[in-house]
Amino acid sequence: MIRYLAKRLAYYAALLVVAVFLAYALSSTALGPRTYFEAKQPRPSAASVDRQLTALNINDHTPVVERFGTWSSDLVLHGDLGRTIHNTSVNAEFGRRILVSLRLLLIGSLLGMLLGVAGGAWSAIRQYRISDRVLTLVSFVLLSTPVFLLALLLKNGAIAAKDAVGHEVIPFTGYETPGLSGGIGAHLGDWALHLLLPTLSLALGGLAMYSRYQRGTMLDVLGSDYLRTAEAKGLTRNRALLKHGLRTAIIPMSTMFAYSFLGIFTGATFTETIFGWHGMGEWFIQAINEQDVNSVIAVNLFAAVVVLASGFLADLLNAALDPRVRS
Amino acid sequence: MTAVPPTVPPTAALIADGLPAPVPEEAAPAGRLRLVLGRMLASRGVLAGGAIVLLLFLLAFGGPLLTPWNYATPDYLAIRQSPSGQHWFGTNGLGQDVFAQTVRGLQKSLVIGLLVAFFSTVAASLVGACAGYFGGWTDRALTFLVDLMLVFPSFLIITIISPKLRGTGWIAFVALLAAFNWMITARVVRSMTRSLKEREFVRAAQFMGVRPLRIILRHILPNVASFLITDATIAVGAAVMSETALSYFGFGVRAPDVSLGTLLAAGTDQAPVFPWLFYFAAGLLVLFVLAINLIGDGLRDALDPTSEGTRPARKSRTPRSGK
Amino acid sequence: MTTTVETDLLTVSDLSVDFNGVPAVRGVDLRLRRGETLGIVGESGSGKSVTSLAILGLLPTTATVSGSVRLDGRELVGLPNRELAAIRGRKVAMVFQDPLSAFTPVYRIGDQIVEALRIHQDLDRPAARKRAAELLDLVGIPSPERALAGFPHEFSGGMRQRAMIAMAIANDPGILLADEPTTALDVTIQAQVLDVLRTAQRETGAALVLVSHDLGVIAGMADRVAVMYAGRVVETAGVDELFARPRHPYTLGLIGAVPRLDTGGGPLVPIPGGPPALATLPPGCPFAARCPLAEDRCRTEEPRLTGADGHLAACVRAEELAEHGPAPSEVYPVPTVPPAAVARPRDERESVLRVTGLAKTFPVLKGSVFKRKVGEVYAVDGVELDIRRGETLGLVGESGSGKSTTLFELLRLAEPEAGRIELLGQDTAHLDRSAVHRLRSDIQIVFQDPMASLDPRMPISDIVAEPLLAQGAARELIGRRVPELLRQVGLDAAHATRYPHQFSGGQRQRISIARALAVQPQLLVLDEPVSALDVSVQAGVLNLLQQLKAELGLAYLFVSHDLSVIRHLSDRVSVMYLGRTVESGAVNEVFERPRHPYTRALLSAVPLPDPAAERSRKRILLAGDPPSPTERPTGCPFRARCPVHTALPSDLRTRCEQEPPALAEAAPGRDHHAACHYPDA
Repeated sequence: MIRYLAKRLAYYAALLVVAVFLAYALSSTALGPRTYFEAKQPRPSAASVDRQLTALNINDHTPVVERFGTWSSDLVLHGDLGRTIHNTSVNAEFGRRILVSLRLLLIGSLLGMLLGVAGGAWSAIRQYRISDRVLTLVSFVLLSTPVFLLALLLKNGAIAAKDAVGHEVIPFTGYETPGLSGGIGAHLGDWALHLLLPTLSLALGGLAMYSRYQRGTMLDVLGSDYLRTAEAKGLTRNRALLKHGLRTAIIPMSTMFAYSFLGIFTGATFTETIFGWHGMGEWFIQAINEQDVNSVIAVNLFAAVVVLASGFLADLLNAALDPRVRS
Repeated sequence: MTAVPPTVPPTAALIADGLPAPVPEEAAPAGRLRLVLGRMLASRGVLAGGAIVLLLFLLAFGGPLLTPWNYATPDYLAIRQSPSGQHWFGTNGLGQDVFAQTVRGLQKSLVIGLLVAFFSTVAASLVGACAGYFGGWTDRALTFLVDLMLVFPSFLIITIISPKLRGTGWIAFVALLAAFNWMITARVVRSMTRSLKEREFVRAAQFMGVRPLRIILRHILPNVASFLITDATIAVGAAVMSETALSYFGFGVRAPDVSLGTLLAAGTDQAPVFPWLFYFAAGLLVLFVLAINLIGDGLRDALDPTSEGTRPARKSRTPRSGK
Repeated sequence: MTTTVETDLLTVSDLSVDFNGVPAVRGVDLRLRRGETLGIVGESGSGKSVTSLAILGLLPTTATVSGSVRLDGRELVGLPNRELAAIRGRKVAMVFQDPLSAFTPVYRIGDQIVEALRIHQDLDRPAARKRAAELLDLVGIPSPERALAGFPHEFSGGMRQRAMIAMAIANDPGILLADEPTTALDVTIQAQVLDVLRTAQRETGAALVLVSHDLGVIAGMADRVAVMYAGRVVETAGVDELFARPRHPYTLGLIGAVPRLDTGGGPLVPIPGGPPALATLPPGCPFAARCPLAEDRCRTEEPRLTGADGHLAACVRAEELAEHGPAPSEVYPVPTVPPAAVARPRDERESVLRVTGLAKTFPVLKGSVFKRKVGEVYAVDGVELDIRRGETLGLVGESGSGKSTTLFELLRLAEPEAGRIELLGQDTAHLDRSAVHRLRSDIQIVFQDPMASLDPRMPISDIVAEPLLAQGAARELIGRRVPELLRQVGLDAAHATRYPHQFSGGQRQRISIARALAVQPQLLVLDEPVSALDVSVQAGVLNLLQQLKAELGLAYLFVSHDLSVIRHLSDRVSVMYLGRTVESGAVNEVFERPRHPYTRALLSAVPLPDPAAERSRKRILLAGDPPSPTERPTGCPFRARCPVHTALPSDLRTRCEQEPPALAEAAPGRDHHAACHYPDA
């Protein structure tokens, strides 16, 4: 078992290395930091532009492989992700933003999964009743709404509420009220309130997706032989459903977890931008627009690590849930 | 014993269990198609979704003929006007007709969604079927490629590449979206192919000497077709959502072209005050994707005999299959 | 009902079950006395399983149940779920068909049995665990303490079914309902499990309701039998009476359709047609359409189940049958098989297939991405086959014996890992691509499951034409051949445009046969061709195979786990165990004078559809499961389970332990070989 997980980890590491190299090559060739410097007023000399680009290790006259060598050895040896186009440290920016993003990603994805699994299972047990139909309809509408639109709608709702009441009911910009006084309790409350809308915009999509899948797997289980055995032993229907049915039906959700993280990450990028969170996603969009190669790569690295970690987590979860995988 | 009937000739006795009588189903070769159609029509979701999609297509392609306004030409006499008989969806800050723009954007979004779904499904079925059927190194290489492309959220990669495509128009954008949209489908096709490959009718074909590519085309792909059709339907919705998201952030469709995404981007800031600039496009977007998803869900029920729509019937069969 | 009602433990009367308006059970009456075994026999779709599930209210919610089920005088139909739950497992327990899917895959076997105990008894966990271990011991699971910690997928099929029985008897129920408990198992394992069921019944004194499609199993186990057809009981009687003097033509036909181990070849008695669809049941007797004795009145009114002395039948001509007691072949039309096309003695006929020393190993892989090899499975490890023109070789073996691997190795037409394959005199090791392609038309295969082996998306004309196309035949020839082939296998050529799902199981298997015959092969490989079919339909397909062989001079390699079918159809037989040929020879020689102890055990495990013979037989029960093929045993691979080996004095045993036995002739020149050191012990 440990061996199996170790192999998976090695495979993910190999994927990571190849993928990061490709992303590096892609970012370095597709973005044009040279134009960024050339557009400065007053226009700097060609030699000066070259010097600045070389100093940042983003000079397009240096071969990509050589740039990647410098970048990766700095990363491996010193843990240094390079400099931004404004000649500030990428690491510092990374450190400032990572917690902001992780907070959103973790709470949003976990909440979506838990609510979705519960809703889906409940929906399956009550198949074709009113509650099932309502939940199905809501899931479909949520699944048909792109995350950015959902976030915009929530934000517009908050703005409308503010306009109606006259003051901000639910905050819709940033992740804390600047200059808030008060104890730790006040701060926590403030954070939670700021988290509400961005988290919702992520979690609702997850809820819809998980509940659809969970409903499907649960329905499969409802006709299974072992559920019938559990009832034939003398368990009541509900206990059998909970103890034998749901327990088996959540196994496939671990695979879903891995796939869904791709979507969640993208969604978080939109959410951050729309709600003014200074996280990785917002940084990425900003960096693309500024042709800031090293920052773009840093966010890519973060995304790859998060996605692969969620894949590994899914493997762990799968092994923990299913003894057939373990042996 | 008088009961013994006259001797029946041997061939007739052999034919006996070949008599058509006991098989209840219809004899027409189109039986399966009719079955699927019947199940689809029985589902209200498919009917509603189909009707909505049809209407939206009519709107997208017939709409420009209905209005005298062009999506780009401003009406300087009407700046940020609310919907009226003159301008059905109102006008924007430049005095452009929002109805004309929305219809135009819808058109573009629909076309992009359809094309992306088509190309990505073709790619997914080929890659998946080859990986699954040939196994070995082909499989390992293709699986690695799929895994590799799944390491990054495709949004990031498309965003990085999109500046390069500035000036190449929206077809390149379609290619880009399709290129990053096939991987998960390919994985499913691969695993379906692997199990189909073990099925006896594929084995039978191999032992008859049928060539591999022919087996893939004649036996494998038709048998994953129902999944592919369903998946392609849902992919249309997903592609439209990706397109609008990318266009919203300025990485997709660009002026002078309009899509629902660019319209939403333009209308966002003004949504609280001038809702018609935002909510018509938003509503049509959600409506279209919802309709597509309803069709996809209904198709899955109709095409897949084990899907939930037909499950009560299946469950009732299980205990009776006494073997 | 008669006056015995008071002593009946379970009374089912007028039980009906509908699924969304489609009937599955239509008015079933059953009685079960304390401690007795009631066998319910019927083909697929007869409603026997639904009946057993309906007794405990275990049907899905789409089912509508009416009628009455009385347990000790208490009505169960309509009882609230909570009260039913208290009865399930406590007073009536169930054993299901497929023990793999019947255990929850994520819980340990021990925990599932403990759960069953603690639902109904006030036991603490350690006490329940102790009791669970005792139960596993009772059903013959070795080292029960360790088995408690195992997951269902880690058990073999036989062990799982034992555990299932242990769980069923955990609370000393008064009734055990066993729904096809041995259908998924091999014949020697089936014998073990049936023995465990008898033990369980003896230990608990429970009455047993045994649902099965296998007349042999029913004959060996039941005291009384109910025969079901189209959702009703059509005949019920004591087991001896029923088998000796059936009063319903369906029962008579079933008995005639079963190939028997204790008699030789000749055509079987097929029941024409197939079971009716219950959704569109015509008025009158549901069997009338297939019944050679049907009269006009049979088509208007459905006969009631009547009779005296506990022998009831639902047939208007039951008394005639009771009076005359005809043999099945006197009532049903029996085809005559024409004499064989090839009649020369065996030695003069040319060889079609010759296999010597065939071996094939598979790597045992672990891990899903980087597969690493952790060992080798010796799937086939010394197989010898010899087939001459116009001859049928029966290949017998249980699951894991390497039968399928052997077939796939033959059909690959490539150089084997070890050994030699000669097809029509050509060594497959020295063939180029085009020669392989040409040779493909000489060897064709018919698979077990006709639904799985026909592409559901193709009309049958395309299916039958496929091998011709692959051989590059002309369109015009194909157009001529297809209807000809369909007629040859007894199908209507006008149905060529239909799809496989529009045919019944027996018809589909005929399509498979037509496809295999398309390119006029010399050798037809038949991989369990009738084991997915109901008995009454199976007989027709077997007769067809015999007829085709005689007409076309084909050679068959007939693979089956069913020894009765092998005996019925084969000229020669070859028995496999753990990838090796352990015995081979002329079919009568091997079946009447088996020399290998495994063959003897196999033969004794086959249930006979004859209650008297079943009771008087001496049974050889093999111990345990076949060993894992990942370890290549030294010496004789069978010795761990061999009753002969166990009985030998220790000085003779060493030979079995050290020296692998080779196939040896029983007598010079006699076509009978066995791989045993002590074939006469």
